[in-house]
Amino acid sequence: MTNQEKWIAFMTIVRREIHRFLRIWPQTLLPPVITIVLYFVIFGTLIGSRIGEMAGLPYIQFVAPGLIMMSVITNSYSNVVSSFFGSKFQRNIEELLVSPTPNWIILLGFVVGGMCRGLGVGLIVTVLSLYFADFSIHSLPITVGIVLMTSLMFSLAGLINAVFARNFDDISIIPTFVLTPLTYLGGVFYSIELLGEFWSKVSMINPVLYMVNAFRYGIAGISDINIVWAFSMVGLFSVLLFFVALNLLEKGSRLRS
Amino acid sequence: MQPALAISQLNKTYEGDFQALKGISLDVQPGDFFALLGPNGAGKSTTIGIICSLVLKTSGSVSIFGCDIDTDFSEAKQHVGVVPQEFNFNQFEKPFDILINQAGYFGIPREIAAERAEKYLRQLGLWDKSHVPSRTLSGGMKRRLMIARALIHEPKLLVLDEPTAGVDIELRRSMWDFLREINAQGTTIILTTHYLEEAESLCRNVAIIDHGQIVQNTSIRELLQQLNKELFVLDVRELLSDCPVIEGYPITLVDDHTLEVEVEKSQSINALFDALSSAGVHVLSMRNKTNRLEELFFDLVEKNLSGDKND
Repeated sequence: MTNQEKWIAFMTIVRREIHRFLRIWPQTLLPPVITIVLYFVIFGTLIGSRIGEMAGLPYIQFVAPGLIMMSVITNSYSNVVSSFFGSKFQRNIEELLVSPTPNWIILLGFVVGGMCRGLGVGLIVTVLSLYFADFSIHSLPITVGIVLMTSLMFSLAGLINAVFARNFDDISIIPTFVLTPLTYLGGVFYSIELLGEFWSKVSMINPVLYMVNAFRYGIAGISDINIVWAFSMVGLFSVLLFFVALNLLEKGSRLRS
Repeated sequence: MQPALAISQLNKTYEGDFQALKGISLDVQPGDFFALLGPNGAGKSTTIGIICSLVLKTSGSVSIFGCDIDTDFSEAKQHVGVVPQEFNFNQFEKPFDILINQAGYFGIPREIAAERAEKYLRQLGLWDKSHVPSRTLSGGMKRRLMIARALIHEPKLLVLDEPTAGVDIELRRSMWDFLREINAQGTTIILTTHYLEEAESLCRNVAIIDHGQIVQNTSIRELLQQLNKELFVLDVRELLSDCPVIEGYPITLVDDHTLEVEVEKSQSINALFDALSSAGVHVLSMRNKTNRLEELFFDLVEKNLSGDKND
């Protein structure tokens, strides 16, 4: 395939992915928006007003970056896992497997599709959050950089989950039992300064903590952890997951007999 | 000239040590209309799966128009279009979108893809359904959609795995005409089918595969010449109460106006008619009852089976 043909193949996958989540917007775009609005109303306005400040910020301003990041993480992941597994389940993944499209293009196509949804929902939630919280951007490059890398990382993770999944239960186990606890314990709702020394150290092995804190730093200029370290961790995980996912596609694991 | 398909010593062993292919070798020439026949589980779909890279081979080599599927996979895939046995498209997408996307995976620009999609959807009688969700199509329409999809990148080799399974007779005939047409335009076609009449009607060459081995690889014509007797059904004018007896021709009385006669290849049909006339029986019409290829197919598969038992 020439580079132009590869570009066409890549754009075809991305366009199809975007078309898919826009076509089923009541399932893909609406629920996260409603969920996040409820979070803002309950944790921000109703309870948040009684909490006062967290890490020197009004509570609603403290949770807003975490809630935005949470929606980016869950939507990037769930888009790729459901789309790729759906293609496996209906066997239309074979349309790609019989084509000359290289595996790395297939991987990038699905991942960018997932990122589009993650970032799209993140943008909608950000716009909505302006209604509840008043905040400005401390550092645009850090904010955009970390949100892009987080979306990339969880899209890759979603694809790996989909490759291994044999049924629909397998695509809900990781989000329910791994992703949700990591997100809730990743400093979205609290500063890890509130935890004791032991639990603060335990929290440091949670990758979501780095993403949420880096994003909060980009918006509000405060963080529980070192930003360079956060970028390094997310970058390292993304590279690792990319090669794991690519290797699975190259071997045809659970895709080719 | 490079063969359209060259398979050499192809082996496939699935998990659990089931050996689906046992070192098959096969050449299909460009422009051929080739039948790959065999009973269920013989290895036909595995062979097709390997050709289009949905199944990973254990050993052996496959090349398509001289392009090895391992070392030159991109070029090899450009040459092949495949119509699988099972429906494998997104049932929520529209036929037009399915074709445009498939063209995109082959690097074809959207404008060209749109022209081709319209052309093939029209040729296969699906244009009026091009923008409805594909799950609403009938079984026959879905099969035609998969043919259109396989042709969208205009491959030189088209592989069809039982394309007319579950399709009514009228539609089957129209699909035959379409396949004959694209074969006449130069596309090499490999077909697996359970309808042996279909293979006899469409194909020039045939390979019969059984228990993962090729048990016959020849032209349909030569294969049919191996048949040494045929069964004819005769409709006669007279009301028959007893079965006429003609020496050398075993005859069975089916009903009071119908006979079945077994005629060996070396025997003359004229002599049969003369003998029947002498016996006062006048034939109004005659037809061949046996599906000739089917007879041979069963002979070959049974021979192979008894060979296995003797091993």
